[in-house]
Amino acid sequence: MNWIAIGQTADIPLRGARCVATPQGRIAVFRTVENRFFAIEDRCPHKGGPLSQGIVHGAHVTCPLHGWVISLETGKAQGADEGAVRTFALKVEGGKLLISSDALVSMTA
Amino acid sequence: MNKKEKLVIVGAGMASGRMLEHLFETDPERFDITLFGAEPRGNYNRIMLSPVLAGEKSFDQIVTHDAAWYDAHQVECRFGETVTRIDRAAKVVHSAGSEAPYDKLVIATGSAPFMIPVAGRDLPGVMAFRDYDDVQAMVAAARKKDARAVVIGGGLLGLEAAAALRLHGMEVVVLHLMGHLMERQLDAAAGYLLQKELEGRGIKIHCKAQTSAILGRGRTEAVLLDDGTLYPADIVVMAAGIRPEARIATDAGLHVERGIVVDDRMVTSDPDILAIGECCEHGGICYGLVAPLYDMAKVAAKTLTGVGATFRSVETATQLKVTGVSLYSAGDFADAPDREDVVLRNSGAGIYKRLVLKDNRVVGVVLYGETTDGAWYFDMLRKGTDVSEMRETLIFGQSRQGSASLDSLAAVAALPDDAEICGCNGVCKGAIVSAIIARDLTSLDDVRAHTKASASCGSCTGLVEQLMTLTLGDKYNPDAVQPVCGCTTLGHGDVRRLIKAKGLKTIPAVMQELEWKTSCGCAKCRPALNYYLVCDWPDEYADDYQSRFINERVHANIQKDGTYSVVPRMWGGVTSAKELRAIADVVDKFHIPSVKVTGGQRIDMLGVRKEDLPAVWADLGKAGFISGHAYAKGLRTVKTCVGSDWCRFGTQDSTGLGIRIEKFMWGSWTPAKVKMAVSGCPRNCAEATCKDVGVICVDSGYEIHFAGAAGLDIKGTEVLGLVKTEDDALEHIVALVQMYREQAHYLERIYKWAKRVGLDEIRRQILEDPRKRKAYFDRFAFSRKFAQVDPWSERVSGKDKHEFRPMATIGFPVAAEGAL
Repeated sequence: MNWIAIGQTADIPLRGARCVATPQGRIAVFRTVENRFFAIEDRCPHKGGPLSQGIVHGAHVTCPLHGWVISLETGKAQGADEGAVRTFALKVEGGKLLISSDALVSMTA
Repeated sequence: MNKKEKLVIVGAGMASGRMLEHLFETDPERFDITLFGAEPRGNYNRIMLSPVLAGEKSFDQIVTHDAAWYDAHQVECRFGETVTRIDRAAKVVHSAGSEAPYDKLVIATGSAPFMIPVAGRDLPGVMAFRDYDDVQAMVAAARKKDARAVVIGGGLLGLEAAAALRLHGMEVVVLHLMGHLMERQLDAAAGYLLQKELEGRGIKIHCKAQTSAILGRGRTEAVLLDDGTLYPADIVVMAAGIRPEARIATDAGLHVERGIVVDDRMVTSDPDILAIGECCEHGGICYGLVAPLYDMAKVAAKTLTGVGATFRSVETATQLKVTGVSLYSAGDFADAPDREDVVLRNSGAGIYKRLVLKDNRVVGVVLYGETTDGAWYFDMLRKGTDVSEMRETLIFGQSRQGSASLDSLAAVAALPDDAEICGCNGVCKGAIVSAIIARDLTSLDDVRAHTKASASCGSCTGLVEQLMTLTLGDKYNPDAVQPVCGCTTLGHGDVRRLIKAKGLKTIPAVMQELEWKTSCGCAKCRPALNYYLVCDWPDEYADDYQSRFINERVHANIQKDGTYSVVPRMWGGVTSAKELRAIADVVDKFHIPSVKVTGGQRIDMLGVRKEDLPAVWADLGKAGFISGHAYAKGLRTVKTCVGSDWCRFGTQDSTGLGIRIEKFMWGSWTPAKVKMAVSGCPRNCAEATCKDVGVICVDSGYEIHFAGAAGLDIKGTEVLGLVKTEDDALEHIVALVQMYREQAHYLERIYKWAKRVGLDEIRRQILEDPRKRKAYFDRFAFSRKFAQVDPWSERVSGKDKHEFRPMATIGFPVAAEGAL
C-alpha cells in the first residue's frame, strides 16, 4: 500500500476535522477527543452534506445538514438511517499524517 | 577462544542496569564489560525521583546498583564520562578523555527532556526534571521564602514535580498545552477530577496554555503566555516531554528515526550494536514507561548471549505518583462503534471509573478516586478474559463478583419507611410514598413540589423515581421529563439549575458532576452545555469552538450544496449608497451567484465558497460592515419602519430605537434565535406583533410586546406593558431577554419559554419589580462586554484560519511552473 503525506496531526483540532482535496472529491480527516484519526469521504450518504463540517463526538460525526450520525470507523450511518461513506486507511508517523493512495482511486469504484 | 568478548555499554540507567542483571544470571563469564554513564553516580530508580523531590524518600533508598555491585561483577565503570563518538570501522567508542574497544556495543542513552523552543529557555532557573541534579536544584530553589515555580507540562512528570514542589511550600503554576491534564493517559472526565484535586492543594492549573517566552534579567523571573497571562517564576521546570537521546547513533551513521531503530532482537542497523530503553524505536514506537524498557533489557541480554528472544510491544498501565491521588489508566480508551463504555460516576465521593469493552473483553480502563481494582482489570485486559458472565457487576469491582446480582429497585423496596431519601431537605421514604398516594402524584415535578424531595441538589432523583415506580407501577412514566439527550437522564432545566448550584464551569465538569453516560457527549448536548456555560459564566468560560454547530463556527450559514451565505449587519435595516456599492463589489469580485433581500431587512449573499469567506469579510469589513449573526442563536435583526422621521403617522423615532436596541444587544448568545421589530405607530408596518420581542410606538410612549411567533407556529405577541421613555423601553427589553437567556432551554424560542414559566411571572419580574429588572439589565450589560467582538474581523485577522483551507491537496497534476 502506498502512503501520501497530507500534513501534521497538529493541523487538526481535537474533536475537529480538516479536508483534503483530491480530483475524485473531498476527503474529511477527523481527530477525535481520544486523539484517534480517521479519513472518510466528505459527502453524507443522505444528501451529500460536508461531514467535515459536523460536530465530532466520540468516534462519530453529525452531518451539519440534516443531523445524520456517521461512524468515523466504519463509515456507516447510525441509528435508523441507512447508508455509508467510503473510509480510507490513515496512519500517523511521528506527528505526520499519511493517507492510503486508495484515496485517489475513483470514488465510484 | 579463551579471550573474553568486549562489551561496552553507553548509558548507566535503568535499562542497562536491568540488562546487566540478566546477563550475570545467564552467562556471567562471557564478557569483559565497560560501562559509561554521563551522571557521576551509579544506577538509581529514576521513576522514584518524584518521591525524593517530595521528601518522602531519600536518594539512597532509590539506588539500585551502587559501586560495590559493579565491583563485585567486575564491571569497569566510567561514570561522569560522556561518550562523544562511536568509530564503527575500528569498533571503538571515544569519550572526552578515553576510549574503549568493543566487540559488542549497547547504546542505552535514554532520553533528554524536551526544552520547548521559546525565548529565555537558557536562563538560569530553567530546569528539567530528569535526574538527581535537577531534584537538588529544585529543592534548593524551594528553600527561598515565598518561592514560585512554573511547571511547563501537565503530564505525569510535570504533575509529580508540581505536587512535590507544592509540598515544599512553593507557589506552583502548571501550564499545559492541551485541554485537560495527562491527556495521553486520561479522558477529559478523569482529567477534570485530577485538576480539581490539584487545585484543592493550591496548585494553579492553566490548560490550553501556549508559552510565549521566559522572561528575566540574568535569571528567570516570569513566564509569559500567548494570551498575555504572566506568571512570576523563580524557577521554571520543563516537563513538556522527552525525546530519545540518539545523537551518537546518528553521528555514527546508524539508522535513526525518532529513536535508534532496532529490530525484534534489539539490534540496530549495525549487527554488533544494540540499543535499549528510551533512546530506541521499535515498530515505530518510542517507549517511555518502565515495563517495556525492562522487557527490552531482557531481550537484549538474550541476544547478546546468543539465545533467541523477541521483543513485543506490551500493554502498560500508568499510575500517578502523587500521595493522596488515586489514578490508574491502562489500555486503549478511544471510542469506537464496536466498543462499549461502562461508566460509573460518584461525584460526591470524587470517583470516576470507565471500562471500555470490546467483544466482551476489557480493552481499556481509567480509574480515578478508587483504584484498588486497577490490577484486577489490567489482568483481564492483558489476558483478554471474557467478561460476559460478570458484565453487569464488572464496574463495581472484584469484591462485588459472585454475589447475587444487584437489583436496585429491590434494594429501594427493602428500605425502611424512615430511611432518608433526600438529604438536602430531610425527606424520608415514608413521607414520599404517602404523599404520592394521598395526593395522587404522578410526575417527578409534582413530588418535588409537594415533598421537596429531590428539589435541591437533585442527586436523589433516581431514588425518588424508583419510589414512584414502586408505588404507582405502570402509572408512573419516568420519561415524562424529557432528557437533554441520550447522554443523560436530566432535563434541560435540571442541568441549568445544577450548573449554577454546583458552580460548574467547563463541559467536562458538567459531564462529570452530573454523571453523563458518555465520555464526550453528542451533537445535541454539547452545543446546549456550551451555551449554558457561556450564559452563566460570561467572564470565566472559554467558549468551546468544537461544540458549536458549523454555522456558529464559521459565522456564516451552510447551504444545501456546502457553500455558505453571508449576511452583514444593517442596523435597523438602514443602509447607504457606500454600503450597497461595497456589497455589489464583493458580489462581482467573488462571483457570488445569488443576492437576496431577507425578511429581516438586510441583504443575503448566497453561494459563497468556504475558502472565500475570510476575503469576503475583509472586503465587507473595509466598508464598515460587521457580521449580521444571521447564523446565530442570538439577536438576528431589529426590523423597523421609518417612524417619525418620515412617516406622517409616526409617533416616535422607531428607526432610531431599533438601531439603539440592535447596537446594544448584538453579539450576545441566546438559547434560540431572537428577532425583534419596532413599529412607529399601531399600523405596525414593521410587523412587531409576531416577533420574539416587539415595540409598538404610541403617542404616550412605547408598548412592549413579546412571545410572538411566525414560523412553525403562528402566534401574536403578548403585551408586557407600556413604558414612557426610550431608555425605559431599552431597559425592559434587555432585562426580558436576559431573563430568557438565564432560564430557557437551549433551542427554546421566547414564546415557548414564556408559556412554560407563565406570562404573569415574567411581567412580575420585569415590569413590576424594578430591582429585579435592573439586576437582569446589569447582568446582560456585563456579559455583552465579552460578546461584542465582531467574529468576522477576528477571522480576517487570522483566527481559526485552519477552518477555511483544505489541509492538503493531493492527486492533481503538478503545474509545470514547479509548484511544490
